[in-house]
Formats: sequence, structure tokens, C-alpha cells
Amino acid sequence: MERVRGWRRELARAGAIVWKDLTAERRTRANFNAVVSLAVLTLLLFGFALGPDTEALRAAAAGVLWLTVLFSGVLAFNRSYQLELENGALDTLLLYPGERRSIFLGKLGANFAFVLLVELVVVPVAAVIYNLPLLRPFPGLAGVMLLGTLGFVTLGTFYAAMASRSRAREVLLPLLLFPMMIPVLVGSVEATSALLAGDPMGDSGAWLRLLVVFDLVFLVASVLAFEHVIEE
Amino acid sequence: MVEDREGAALQAIVYQRDAGLAVDVNGIARRFGRKWALRGVSLRVEAGEVVAVVGRNGSGKTTLLRILATLLRPTRGGGRIYGHDLVSEAAEIRELVGLLGHAPGIYGDLTAQENLVFALRMMGRTPDRSAVLEALEAVGLAREAGERARHFSAGMQRRLALARMFLQRPRLILLDEPYASFDPEGIERVNAFLKESSARGAAALVATHDLARAAAVVDRVVRMDAGTLVEESWTRPADTGGEPAAFAVGPGEGRGEWNA
Repeated sequence: MERVRGWRRELARAGAIVWKDLTAERRTRANFNAVVSLAVLTLLLFGFALGPDTEALRAAAAGVLWLTVLFSGVLAFNRSYQLELENGALDTLLLYPGERRSIFLGKLGANFAFVLLVELVVVPVAAVIYNLPLLRPFPGLAGVMLLGTLGFVTLGTFYAAMASRSRAREVLLPLLLFPMMIPVLVGSVEATSALLAGDPMGDSGAWLRLLVVFDLVFLVASVLAFEHVIEE
Repeated sequence: MVEDREGAALQAIVYQRDAGLAVDVNGIARRFGRKWALRGVSLRVEAGEVVAVVGRNGSGKTTLLRILATLLRPTRGGGRIYGHDLVSEAAEIRELVGLLGHAPGIYGDLTAQENLVFALRMMGRTPDRSAVLEALEAVGLAREAGERARHFSAGMQRRLALARMFLQRPRLILLDEPYASFDPEGIERVNAFLKESSARGAAALVATHDLARAAAVVDRVVRMDAGTLVEESWTRPADTGGEPAAFAVGPGEGRGEWNA
């Protein structure tokens, strides 16, 4: 058996975790079905709460959409580490030779793919309920969704690792994550609102650049700190 | 100048001697909250040696194994695994150590074969189907290679975990209650693995309550109580053929004395 070395080896290890998590999810679909159902229900409930006023719905749409992604994503992050806690797999994972940051990058990759798949369902449903014009701002909107999701998933994956050793992890994760999410949430909501309104002031670009900065900062900090938070 | 040369030569001899030491820990202690699980354990295990760690529940056996595996940091004390520092060179130690804990550490939604392919990829090796099938054959799971591990019995899941260790071929094997959940054939396979590993120079620490099962393979027995190593015997326990037996683990009488 050939032994792969260096960064290629770490990349392969991260890829193995992405493959493992997505294969397990594809087999059961339990998490995906639950998360999508919760997201659609949240969109509907916000719709009912805001009333039939089309303008009010459209004005609130960006915030509702990102809060929906946030709430449903928390379920996904918890589930992601739950997989590792069953049968004591987390210890085995930590014992494999190599950099532990590869474990974080693998988990991040799998969670990113998962949340993007959820958004593929949630965004069109939101467009129908809140009467949103998706086609015209699509390229910019896709960029905001990718950047906002990356920041959100980076923080979610990191704090889920931190909470995973706690018995109260389901409660602990939102308590840790939500305050830290504020910069990404504000940037994503503002950029989405601007794009959905046709970006008359051209300020979506500034929010997008801010999201890039947040993503980089959170990604670097999480990768560096992961080893310390995952240890018992 | 001459003194320098002598010092270097002496250091080389020390390094050469330590290279044969798989485990060399000194006064390691570990606290969980206010409770000390380990209270200063010193232990040396040579390459190729199989050591049984016995003791009551809560005596610190599992904590000791988890510290040696680098899953826990000692609160006090330190040591070396094959010359690598337990704390500062944990990544290097993980290249050498394999741990089979209470839980099998497998993924229920993957098949037995996929679990091992994943393990190989995590070890930084290219997946090799023949090696995977060979490992499954070695633990008697070849026929179940394509079945999801979720449907396995507890014993089969432990066998799958053992197959992962077959693939890894660690130089320090840490087994925590390895005979639990295994049928007699499974116990034979664990012991065969230990014998084969010892023959190729790997060291092993086996934490067990079932010394009768381990008697066929262990070279030495150490007993722990309340987080300390209380007794050590160089005397091999009598092999009762797997029948339950009481063993009096007394102080060591010198390496190489057998009482089988």
C-alpha cells in the first residue's frame, strides 16, 4: 500500500471524511429530510406571521431566508458530530495519524455540501412564498449564498466540535454559535436584500467583500484552534 | 574534547537503549474535575512485550491507555512512546499507536469494507481492496464485507474494529477489555493478533478483567488500584485454557521466570 505524504495526504484525509459523511447521509437521508422539513415549515410560519402584504413579505424575505438556513443548519451540525459519537468513532478519528485540522476541513466540506443542498430546496420555496425575483439577481445571489454559507458553516462546524463533548450539546451549540454569527448574518442579509431589491445603490459589492473577509478570518481561526477544542 | 566525545557516545548508548523501549512513562497523573483518575504511574514496556493491566473498575486502566494513545494529556508527569514525547510529539506517536477501546469506533451506515477503506484513507494510505479483504478474512468477516455495520452484533462490530488494527499494524497496541463481546473464536483471533504483533516486535498493553483469556499471550502483569500501579509481576500467569481462574499478582521476581 502506497503511503501518501504531506499536504496531499491531508487533503486526501479531508476528502475521506467528506465521502464518509455524505455516503452515510445518502444511505439514511434522515438528516436531510428533517432539516428540509424544518426549513420549509419555518418559511411558512414566518409567512403567516408577516401576513398577506406582498411588500412586507418581500422586505422581510432576506432576513427570514437566512434565519431559516441558520436554524436548520444547527440541526445538521449537531448531527454531523453525533455520527462520530455513536460507537466511539470520534476517538478513532482523533487517533489516526496526521493533522487534526484535516478532520475539521473534512467536516467543513461535508457540512458545506449538505447546507448548500438544503438551500437548493429552501431558496426556490422562499421565492414562491415571498414572491421573490430570483432570475435577475441570480449570479450575485449565488455568490452571497456561497460566501454566507461558508462563513456560517465554518463557525457551525467549529462550535459543534466544541459542544460535541458536552451532554447539553443541542442547547450549547446555538448559545455558542448565534452570537458569533452576527457579522456573517448581517452581511448576508444586507447583501441579499440589496440584490433582491435590484441593487439600486450598488452596495451589495461592499457587503460581499465584507463576507469574504469574515470567511477568511473565521476559517483561519477555526483551523488553527480546532485541535485544542476537539481534545477531551 | 575527550569528555565531549565520551558524553556523545554515552548519549548514543542511551538513545540506542531507549529505542527498544516502547513505553517509558514517569509519574503520570490525570485529574477529571476534582477526582484524580491516575495518581502517578510509572511504567516501562519493551518492544515485543505484551503486558496485561488488571485492576478493579475505576482503577485507572482506561485513563492510562487513553493517555498513552494521546487521547488525553496527563495533568502531571510525562513520558515517551518509542522515544517520542507524550505531549509535544503526539502527532508522531499517533503514527505508531493503535487503540481498541470499549466502543468499536466504526460507522454503522458504511459497510464493513467501506469502514476499512475509510480507515486506510485516514491513515494516509491508498485504499487496497485485497488488503481490506485480507483483514476481514483475518477476523472472520469476509462474508459480511458488503453488509452495513449497523446490522452487526456487538461481537462482529468489535471484530471489524480489530480488522482495522490488522490493517494499521501499530507498533504499540493498546487494547481495553479486548475479550468483551467476543465468542471463543473471536478471543482466539485477538490472541493470535497479539502473538503475531509481538513476534514482529510490537508492544502491547492489554487492560482486562479476564486474565485467564490473556494468559496465553501476556509476558507480564501489572495491577492498578485507585489510580496507582500497586503490583508488578514478571511471572507469566498460568494458562488455564480460557477457564476462569484467580491469579495472585505478586511483586516481580525477575524477568524470565515463568510460572505456567
